[in-house]
Amino acid sequence: MIRVVLPFHLRNLAKENKEVQLAIEGPVTQRAILDALETAYPMLRGTIRDHVTKERRAFIRFFADGQDLSHASPDAPLPDSIASGTEPFRIIGAMAGG
Amino acid sequence: MSGVRVLVGTRKGAFILTSDEKRQNWDVSGPHFAGWEIYHLKGSPADPDRIYVSQSTGWFGQIIQRSDDGGKTWVQPGSNPDEPTMTPEGFPMGESNKFAYNSSDESGTPLTTHQWYDGTQHPWEFKRVWYLEPSLTDPDTVYAGVEDAALFRTSDGGKTWHELSGLREAKGNLWQPGAGGMCLHTILQDPINPQRLYIAISAAGAFRTDDGGETWQPINQGLRSPFELPDADAEVGHCVHNLALHPSRPEVLFMQKHWDVMRSDNAGDMWHEVSGNLPSDFGFPIAVHAHEPETIYVVPIKSDSEHYPPEGKLRVYRSRTGGNEWEALTNGLPQSDCYVNILRSAMAVDTLDSCGIYFGTTGGQVYVSADSGDNWTAIVRDLPAVLSVEVQTLP
Repeated sequence: MIRVVLPFHLRNLAKENKEVQLAIEGPVTQRAILDALETAYPMLRGTIRDHVTKERRAFIRFFADGQDLSHASPDAPLPDSIASGTEPFRIIGAMAGG
Repeated sequence: MSGVRVLVGTRKGAFILTSDEKRQNWDVSGPHFAGWEIYHLKGSPADPDRIYVSQSTGWFGQIIQRSDDGGKTWVQPGSNPDEPTMTPEGFPMGESNKFAYNSSDESGTPLTTHQWYDGTQHPWEFKRVWYLEPSLTDPDTVYAGVEDAALFRTSDGGKTWHELSGLREAKGNLWQPGAGGMCLHTILQDPINPQRLYIAISAAGAFRTDDGGETWQPINQGLRSPFELPDADAEVGHCVHNLALHPSRPEVLFMQKHWDVMRSDNAGDMWHEVSGNLPSDFGFPIAVHAHEPETIYVVPIKSDSEHYPPEGKLRVYRSRTGGNEWEALTNGLPQSDCYVNILRSAMAVDTLDSCGIYFGTTGGQVYVSADSGDNWTAIVRDLPAVLSVEVQTLP
């Protein structure tokens, strides 16, 4: 299972109080994770990436295994540690006050 | 016993204040949606237990929430845990926060550009919902005013939203953002003619539809903005801050413009100034007494750069003559060292026999007067900055 860590507000929206787990068939990519996440938690659609363009929202960042993958291709394979569930895929709200 | 439910949107959540008809003792519920900006929440006139909420942040975008039990519990329409997460066609649900401008070939308006602050053209970008206006007759129908300025409508309780894109054809290329962004912040329904709506945009002006939202015309004749526009009498571009009407005669409109308090007696076809003896005619909200169509309220603010009351005295001004002659209402309001602002959607009235007037401040106070403005008390003093105040009068 793929593990995903959500920021506080999105955990509240999703009614989850810890990291979520997703089953993904095929290559594990950012797009595959976000598609699976939005299917399991439809209330998150539009909050991480734009509804229409699927562009990452400006203040959201993606981390895997300590690497910032926010600007990586959404279709690039993620590290094995994410695909195997050893490490979580982290969705982080940028640190900008608020 | 009758009572009131006051719906307060703030920078960091929503609050619901309830009282009986005396309006002396209050229950405070909240924060709901803690940590999120709540630009507006409003109840359905057709079903008082139905409340719609605009919830947003710069991080996670726009969410629409709905309560069907007077604010006790909330759902995102279309994301109800009891409902399937996929449509029969296989499309994901949870579309309630999808506000996509209508640029379709069939019914849409090409999404061109509007004016930017520097006069260049700028693409339209959805940012948030500023204002929600539930239908007077159908609890599932709601209008939403958004930034960048456009009008959307849902007819399925907030699950899906569709733009009434004819509005952008009313010289949308000449609209420009005000200091708060290019927002559609005011929506008024004509209770006598359901085909007629009024909306206001900063900084574009006021607009009217007489065909249920398909086509729109600017209604800004008589407005003058000599310091803000190269053409003081321009057809569009004026920074209208708020509109109000009395349901018994919806063709009479009152306006708080950036500067100037204005009145129209012909559904916006022509406006004239009624600022009269106000200490400043800059301000944000304007409201009409529930039982006296000629009694109106404003809160003067010093200037467009000094967003606080003149002389540090928080004064609501009331005109019982439909404008021009104004009296200061001060009893119970701070009369020294007060430097809060009252935003455009942060004043409302109830419809109890003794009409109640309410307003919220950027300092977190929500004030009530249960006697048409003669005497004021603070319901709460220390909320986050108040963005909007609405009132439901309950049976």
